[in-house]
Amino acid sequence: MKIERYDMIVIGAGPAGLSAAIEAAKHGMKPIVFDENARPGGQLFKQIHKFFGSKEHKAKIRGFKIGEELLAEAEEYGVKVVLNATVVGLYPEKEVTVKIGDEVKHYKGDSVLVATGASENMVNFKGWTLPGVIGAGAAQTMMNLHHIKPGNRVLMLGSGNVGLVVSFQLLQAGCEVVALADAAPRVGGYGVHAAKVARCGVPFYLSHTIVEAEGEDHVTGVTIGQVGPDWKVIPGTEKHFDVDTICLAVGLSPMAQLLKQAGVEMADTKGGHVPVCEEDGATSVPGIYAAGDVSGIEEASSAMIEGRMSGVAIACYLGYLTEEEKAKRMEELEAALDTLRQGMFAPKNRGKLVEKTEEGIDVSMNLLEKGYVADTEIERYPGVTSQKGIHPVIECTQNIPCNPCQDACPKGCIRIGKNITSLPVVDTEHECIGCGMCVASCSGQAIFLVQEDVEPGFGEVTLPYEFLPLPKTGDIGKALGRDGKEVCEAVVTKVRTAPAFDHTNLLTMKVPNDMLMKARFFQA
Amino acid sequence: MERIQNHPILGETPERRQVTFTYDGKTLTGYEGEPIATALKAAGVMAHRYTAKKHEPRGVFCAIGRCTDCVMVVNDKPNVRTCITPLEEGMKVQTQYGVSPSKEEM
Amino acid sequence: MIDVQEKLKEIGPYVEMPDDDMLVCRCEEVTKGEIRKAVHEGIFTIEEMRRYLRSGMGLCQGQTCGKLVKGIMAGELKVPPTEIAPASSRAPMRPIEMEILAEDGGVAHE
Repeated sequence: MKIERYDMIVIGAGPAGLSAAIEAAKHGMKPIVFDENARPGGQLFKQIHKFFGSKEHKAKIRGFKIGEELLAEAEEYGVKVVLNATVVGLYPEKEVTVKIGDEVKHYKGDSVLVATGASENMVNFKGWTLPGVIGAGAAQTMMNLHHIKPGNRVLMLGSGNVGLVVSFQLLQAGCEVVALADAAPRVGGYGVHAAKVARCGVPFYLSHTIVEAEGEDHVTGVTIGQVGPDWKVIPGTEKHFDVDTICLAVGLSPMAQLLKQAGVEMADTKGGHVPVCEEDGATSVPGIYAAGDVSGIEEASSAMIEGRMSGVAIACYLGYLTEEEKAKRMEELEAALDTLRQGMFAPKNRGKLVEKTEEGIDVSMNLLEKGYVADTEIERYPGVTSQKGIHPVIECTQNIPCNPCQDACPKGCIRIGKNITSLPVVDTEHECIGCGMCVASCSGQAIFLVQEDVEPGFGEVTLPYEFLPLPKTGDIGKALGRDGKEVCEAVVTKVRTAPAFDHTNLLTMKVPNDMLMKARFFQA
Repeated sequence: MERIQNHPILGETPERRQVTFTYDGKTLTGYEGEPIATALKAAGVMAHRYTAKKHEPRGVFCAIGRCTDCVMVVNDKPNVRTCITPLEEGMKVQTQYGVSPSKEEM
Repeated sequence: MIDVQEKLKEIGPYVEMPDDDMLVCRCEEVTKGEIRKAVHEGIFTIEEMRRYLRSGMGLCQGQTCGKLVKGIMAGELKVPPTEIAPASSRAPMRPIEMEILAEDGGVAHE
């Protein structure tokens, strides 16, 4: 029997694993990365939306582009990535057994980083085993990797970021999302993600769960019902939808079994069975580290930073970096990670109802309960101003760590400041030139340009548009409100597409002046 | 289910080589290298197998090779995860009953 | 560790529920009712449940149902899910053909 030795073995070529390997390689190490999938990148290649954060977190870059950048960087630094390589065992002596082809191969690492990510949680209901009931990850895999529609008519269960983002992706793939349901009483994910789904006309059913998936050989329908305080369905509240697909997005759990097998001290938390680790990923077993979702569910952006931290820590552990060098690099990374962990959705606020923004403004309850900010609530936010000429209307109403809009405006009309979770403020002193860079830069698609009196009685609304077919100038259709219901007729007056917008087209439509603060989507 | 030809973010789906394979004896076409499950989905196949105990239909559930619900008999080998196994010219794909390609043996 | 005798007295006998026939473990086709009943027979840990009913012992190795089984057991025992002892982790962590596993070390066919 042969055993191959490496200074660093990484399990999982997702955002955390790749980042760690790159960082370690930068300091002279020769890491090997195993991944059971046919392609590297983990879930990044299914993420087609623009990421949040600031420049250092690769904000406003789409997930799959970040994946491509990571792979290029890994190649540049000579990181060896072995695909279709399933790690079947990890032992305390840092021996790793890997199934590659028809063989189990043995490796020994001077250090091992476990970056195996997470697996999807599931819920069970009558009929949940029927073909057509799928995980949200499955839907993403089908449409974004394999170019096939997961279904024609879909019901989404789950209003966390995954449920919201995948619902929007389903719409982009040309599927109809008949409803979004969640047993929780309030939307769990970012309000901006909810709002972009709601204004396309997807109804939100909070405090609702699936009663039954119907069908003989595959799903033909679904019944949902309202849940009471005991989480049981209240009889008489059932609603039926004809669907061919039911998509489940009810959270993720760390996939930490390998760490447990290696004898790492584990903790049973609300967020799953996780390794007890230091900030740099060090576990109770010397030389074994953990980074990314496997040590607690967060976003890909944080996983990449955690990975870098582990890479630095391992480089230091094996003598490729001095303690001082490590401390210096860790300080930068800690600061970057800390910024991402701020705001209403910070890990410390998980499960809590935040009723006021950092600015002391009431959070929109309509947004939390129905998925969109009510017309009567929108004007309380600092990004929403009333001006004569063309100006941005920023419907960003929750404190999330994100600031690309501030840098996007060449005229300085948008102000967030140093604290990147602050709500963007529209400065009425500076003159907007209507370039639309802010509209395209907003990862939450929450920025609109509004101009009154373009012609007598009519004004224009410019909105982000990421669907096909792309409407053309002169097209007549309906303007939809934030709730996805028709507010008036609209005529498309301009459609702008530019490489700098990165596939976020800017659609300008003409509507009556009194509809300028209501019309937020165009339906042909 | 319909294939996506043009996507607002991902652009046009790249051209791939078309291959033929059999599904329960019927000849179907798909693209070389895509998961068997994708080709089946494009052909409208939802049920990949029937379970051993309760004889219930199952299809793609996780699509990343974890849940193993989409397994079928491929080239006479049972329990092949069709969601991650690349399609090849001339493959023989059969519905799996329990662990067998024959309903009677279930 | 939960005291089995005390706990069995506290939770009382198994009572049938309308959704007992709902599948929980998709691979081994184990229902909610079977899991609930097993709890009342004194199965309080995931490890025992896996041996007793084979829930989580199929091809997916409990990836899908692990959390669900835990939730049902916790509900039945009236404790938070974190108090249910998890199963041990051992290789092979992913399904692997017996032939390949046996070949490890290179002696199976000699």
